[in-house]
Amino acid sequence: MNKPLRRIAIFCGLLVLALLIRDNWIQYVQADELRTDPKNRRVIIERYAAPRGDIIVGGKPITGSTETSGSDFKFKRTYKDGPMWAPVTGYASQAFGATQLESIEDGILTGNDDRLFFRNTLDMLTGEKQGGGNVVTTLNPAAQKAAFNGLKQQGGKGAVVALEPSTGKILALASYPSYDPSSFAGNSTTTDTKAWQKLQKKNNANDPMLNRALRETYPPGSTFKVVTAAAALENGLYTDPDAKTDSPDPWVMEGTTTKLPNEGNIPCKNATLRVALQYSCNTVFGKIGSDLGNEKMLKEAQEFGFGEEQFTPVRANASVFSDDMNPSQTALSSIGQFNTAATPLQMAMVASAVANDGKLMKPYMVDELQSPGLDPVEKTDPEELSQPLSAENAQILQSMMETVVEKGTGSNAKIDGVKVGGKTGTAQHGVDNSENPYAWFISYAKNADGSAPVAVAVVVEDDNAVRDDISGGGLAAPIARNVMEAVVNGKK
Amino acid sequence: MSSTSNSPTHHTSTIGAIGAPSRRNTELALLVFAVVIPVFAYANVGLAINDSVPPGLLSYGLGLGLLAGVGHLVVRKFAPYADPLMLPLATLLNGLGLVVIWRLDQSKRLSNYAEAAPRQLLYSAMGVALLAVVLIFLKDHRVLQRYTYISMAGALFLLILPLVPGLGANIYGAKIWIKIPGLGTLQPGEFAKIVLAVFFAGYLMVKRDALALASRRFMGLYLPRGRDLGPILVVWVISILILVFETDLGTSLLFFGMFVIMLYVATERTSWIVFGLLMSAVGAVGVASFEPHIQTRVQAWLDPMREFELSRAGVQDGVVHSEQAMQALWAFGSGGTLGTGLGQGNSDLIGFAANSDFILATFGEELGLAGVMAILLLYGLIIERGVRTALAARDPFGKLLAIGLSGAFGLQVFVVAGGVMGLIPLTGMTLPFVAYGGSSVIANWALIGILLRISDTARRPAPAPAANPDAEMTQVVRPS
Repeated sequence: MNKPLRRIAIFCGLLVLALLIRDNWIQYVQADELRTDPKNRRVIIERYAAPRGDIIVGGKPITGSTETSGSDFKFKRTYKDGPMWAPVTGYASQAFGATQLESIEDGILTGNDDRLFFRNTLDMLTGEKQGGGNVVTTLNPAAQKAAFNGLKQQGGKGAVVALEPSTGKILALASYPSYDPSSFAGNSTTTDTKAWQKLQKKNNANDPMLNRALRETYPPGSTFKVVTAAAALENGLYTDPDAKTDSPDPWVMEGTTTKLPNEGNIPCKNATLRVALQYSCNTVFGKIGSDLGNEKMLKEAQEFGFGEEQFTPVRANASVFSDDMNPSQTALSSIGQFNTAATPLQMAMVASAVANDGKLMKPYMVDELQSPGLDPVEKTDPEELSQPLSAENAQILQSMMETVVEKGTGSNAKIDGVKVGGKTGTAQHGVDNSENPYAWFISYAKNADGSAPVAVAVVVEDDNAVRDDISGGGLAAPIARNVMEAVVNGKK
Repeated sequence: MSSTSNSPTHHTSTIGAIGAPSRRNTELALLVFAVVIPVFAYANVGLAINDSVPPGLLSYGLGLGLLAGVGHLVVRKFAPYADPLMLPLATLLNGLGLVVIWRLDQSKRLSNYAEAAPRQLLYSAMGVALLAVVLIFLKDHRVLQRYTYISMAGALFLLILPLVPGLGANIYGAKIWIKIPGLGTLQPGEFAKIVLAVFFAGYLMVKRDALALASRRFMGLYLPRGRDLGPILVVWVISILILVFETDLGTSLLFFGMFVIMLYVATERTSWIVFGLLMSAVGAVGVASFEPHIQTRVQAWLDPMREFELSRAGVQDGVVHSEQAMQALWAFGSGGTLGTGLGQGNSDLIGFAANSDFILATFGEELGLAGVMAILLLYGLIIERGVRTALAARDPFGKLLAIGLSGAFGLQVFVVAGGVMGLIPLTGMTLPFVAYGGSSVIANWALIGILLRISDTARRPAPAPAANPDAEMTQVVRPS
């Protein structure tokens, strides 16, 4: 009987071996995946097990943590000026998960990021409690305040993005209407769930939880003419901003019998680029787009960042400039209509690239990650994304945009003692343009030495305003001015 | 050798060394570790959860020490040549189980467990008492051979008990418990396992020659005669009936697997293994095709996440959807290599049965891969010591009984641990010695008692051959 007994011994050994292998599979190979599975409650338990690290703006935290009881979560997230900062922070809710910076930098904020491993091991040996690290942002509190308050006074939906052109730092990122992430940070079914449900799009037509600055694309309207002008200069279609262009008015779009109209009675016939931008001539820029063709326009738009999601690290939607269009569609697209759609971030990048002598810097909002002991863990270095236009052409475009503010549609953005360049936009949307247009303004401010400390894009969609009242210069430019002023004055 | 005679003087094994040392002192030394390690673990839990050494530490340590001490003294007196590893291994597992049960008692999520650990200590004491009873009154395991058919009746009775109306209790789909008013629930299957092993051993010892020899050769396999198929068919049908009426895949698999192992050892015919595998596959697939409880278990095994979502969504489609399979996997994964440390995990998220069927997940989360591998190796050692006992046993009944018991023990560990870790579909069974549950711990101590008895008989020095006064005068002529 001993031979089968030995075989049974081997069989039992194999059973145990199978268990050992399976154990290694789930506790070693798959361990990280299982441990960090968002549905694994341990993830949120850990997120709130210790006071969470803070998100810092201008040296001061805009978040906090308070102790709670009654559940397996020890702490709860709190926010200062929640609605103003929500587009930056996102939320961290015990019941509803986390988004944006709160989610992307969760490892640092809870303190269990791999980059903190050495430090955590030290803490474990010295018996110190593990805490969360901080996320230091690039935002400028004064600019953010100006942006948010500007939108709030306007009362309609809208968004503002301000960038530092030389680095790509995001200085302001506001969206309105907004929400207070504190209101549903806990897990009480009576208060938090109610607050959460009230904010959902299906219950709230204003969709306050939409981050309009990064996640909504709008037809950019006339502000896109800056891109078209850059394309004209870069492709050598026109080289002198003050030379007459070949632009009939009225202009019948190629391949159609439709006349492309201008808004009002403005001097657009054979207007120079400068004058065309100053008065926002549809005919001139429509024809430029048509003349250059879909391919060249698309290439220039892509150089400015169209067609790609941006990770700031919070994801921004890709802006759209279509391909495969016929000349009339290209013409319409080149004045920011048809399928063209851009996020406010994208249009701020356009202004920023022009202001930075043609260099487009990658936009970012996290300046530094800090360990719980405030030592830097990682610092973000400015990164050049592309060069959509040469420095020479950028300066030409700057002078054109400055004319817009000095003498043209953007006069509301003037700031004493600072040179401001900008472009207004009024984008039509809806079937047969039946809905209220969006008011756009993109601009930058320039110091005497030629360096630009801020570029900004503002969009306002106002259901309440009378249609004729909406124009980029009237609604959006004052907000842009206040944001730029806040940055410029802060530097002094 | 199976075809040779079974006369008691004929040594069936060469392994039972004559004059082997008793190794009782080795056992004592190992027992010290088996008690001290859980005591440290107990202190560890208290420090982690309440920041203080638990006040019950002394009584717990004394309790476990007392159990180990009594076990050791009984073995020293009544089974001096018994295997020295089994008692310490069982004590260590029992002690660690108590620690983790006590740790889950502290959980705020599982407030209904509060008193489980003291009760488990009581059950353990009853288990060790039963071990002592076995060792004191069962002087020779071959006595059990007399009770072959009584055992069969007893095992059937125990298996049918949970189905008796008013006595059986359906807990989360499986009907393997009986309710004893005032005492709680009992799992008769745990005891049936031992009684059934006795029956199989006794039966197969008598029938094995017929089963092994009378066969036809077909495609390289020895096919048994039709009438010899009877016993395996009966056991198979009973297993299927268990599966259908008690909806318990684990118990069914365990009994059938044990029988196949013993049949194989008794007859040395590989064909029985092939038959057994085929029959269990047919049975399992057949029953699963119409039993929703089993289907759910298989689905939960294939896609635990889906089952988790269904459970969370509160889907009502006639079967109980459970998130436990996924919760157990998360517990293991979150433990990682070294674990969170005792008392610092969240394995209590598993909820119901976290301290019984799912207790290995708590080991996984709090002691990590290292801890679970150690536990699994401890089980592996017990099983292999059992197999070694079977190898060393000098009589076929002892061999069969030892391999039956250790094989069943091994299968049970595999089915439970494999189920909790998602290697095979989950079935409701308890991890021997570690999981909370009186029936399980008492029955397994009895099982260890019987194995100790067999190993004692096997390793006991053979009595010196009596001087044969006729040796020089008579010459025995044996036919060769």
